[in-house]
Amino acid sequence: MYAQLVKTDEKRLKSLGEMDPQERAFQGRIDRGEKIEPKEWMPEGYRKTLIRQISQHAHSEIVGQLPEGNWITRAPTLERKAILLAKVQDEAGHGLYLYCAAETLGISRDEMFEQLHSGRAKYSSIFNYPTLSWADIGAIGWLVDGAAIMNQVPLQRCSFGPYSRAMIRICKEESFHQRQGFDIMMKLCKGTEAQQKMAQDALERWWWPSLMMFGPADGDSVHSAQSMAWKIKQDTNDELRQKFVDQTVPQADFLDLKVPDPDLKWNQERGSYDFGEPDWDEFFQVISGNGPCNEERLGARVKAWDDGAWVREGLMAHARKHARRTTLAAAE
Amino acid sequence: MSSEWPLWEVFIRGQHGLNHRHVGSLHAPDAEMAIRNARDVYTRRKEGVSIWVVRSSEITASSPSEKGPLFDPADSKIYRHPSFFDIPDEAGHM
Ligand SMILES: [Fe+2]
Ligand SMILES: [Fe+2]
Repeated sequence: MYAQLVKTDEKRLKSLGEMDPQERAFQGRIDRGEKIEPKEWMPEGYRKTLIRQISQHAHSEIVGQLPEGNWITRAPTLERKAILLAKVQDEAGHGLYLYCAAETLGISRDEMFEQLHSGRAKYSSIFNYPTLSWADIGAIGWLVDGAAIMNQVPLQRCSFGPYSRAMIRICKEESFHQRQGFDIMMKLCKGTEAQQKMAQDALERWWWPSLMMFGPADGDSVHSAQSMAWKIKQDTNDELRQKFVDQTVPQADFLDLKVPDPDLKWNQERGSYDFGEPDWDEFFQVISGNGPCNEERLGARVKAWDDGAWVREGLMAHARKHARRTTLAAAE
Repeated sequence: MSSEWPLWEVFIRGQHGLNHRHVGSLHAPDAEMAIRNARDVYTRRKEGVSIWVVRSSEITASSPSEKGPLFDPADSKIYRHPSFFDIPDEAGHM
């Protein structure tokens, strides 16, 4: 999802019997629902997988500001502008909570930025699509933040303390994001014909990328099984995708919008919607850097970082100078 | 040259009358900026009435591997809990 493709280093899942005593004790703690804290012993694989997952998640929050940031200066009213600004500011906050959770595992902030800026680190595919109209801001809040909530709610129970606590904080804030988006959609759908068309067009462009946010089917994947055994993942990608579809289709009906999926239909027996398969070739293209906006997003991020270097260095120089003066004064 | 700002731990008093509680960390060049940044990162919805920041490098923590020797001595001192004593009901509320 915000971390769509997280590999563990495991080739297959070890049974309790195959683990050494330390690993077995660790797995026992996880199974009992204990939280693991940063300075405690953990298998290297657990540490590495979490660093990957949390940093991908953080990068997604940070890059995720860009498509919406595009509309801050173009919001239709001052109130909408203030709301969008607050929403985007929350996403910056989410990135910061997550980066500091990852840092407790022994990776530095600069290292993570370097991975992002060099293109080695992944971030969610969803943020590589363009925001063409104001309705896209509604669709993003409704669908993208909606999908994020689906994924993040179970992560609040993640076995790693700092990640779990960051997720609790984030989940408290996400509901505002989804509701402000749905509110934009409601306004448009009750508006003129042109506004309704805008809303429909946004749903059509964001529907499939939103379903891809959950990542490809991983029911049989070793990585997924290992992550589940470690309780850093709770549901399979397909389970979450299904939940999202079941929740969202009635909302689209409420808005009188048509979900762009000819295979979508209610399945009485399952008590769920059947739906079509996203275009996974497109997904793999986008996640590996070839989406419509990958270059632009990464370019904007790197430029912001580089352009801010003199401020970061200047403030640090000032702080050092000031600290030196204080020590000198104290010595006198 | 890496100019990474130092890491600060942030503690927030949520309401008057409560203790400051650890909420997370952030990077800032100095204490003053750390407080300003903490305001924006951790109290956007009025989650606090007071902020403390401490350089992470200045914190000394107990070591997880010494959890036993450090905390186990309290195990045997259950008389520290009021429920250890049976006081007859007739004695009244106590
Ligand atoms: Fe977020
Ligand atoms: Fe959000």
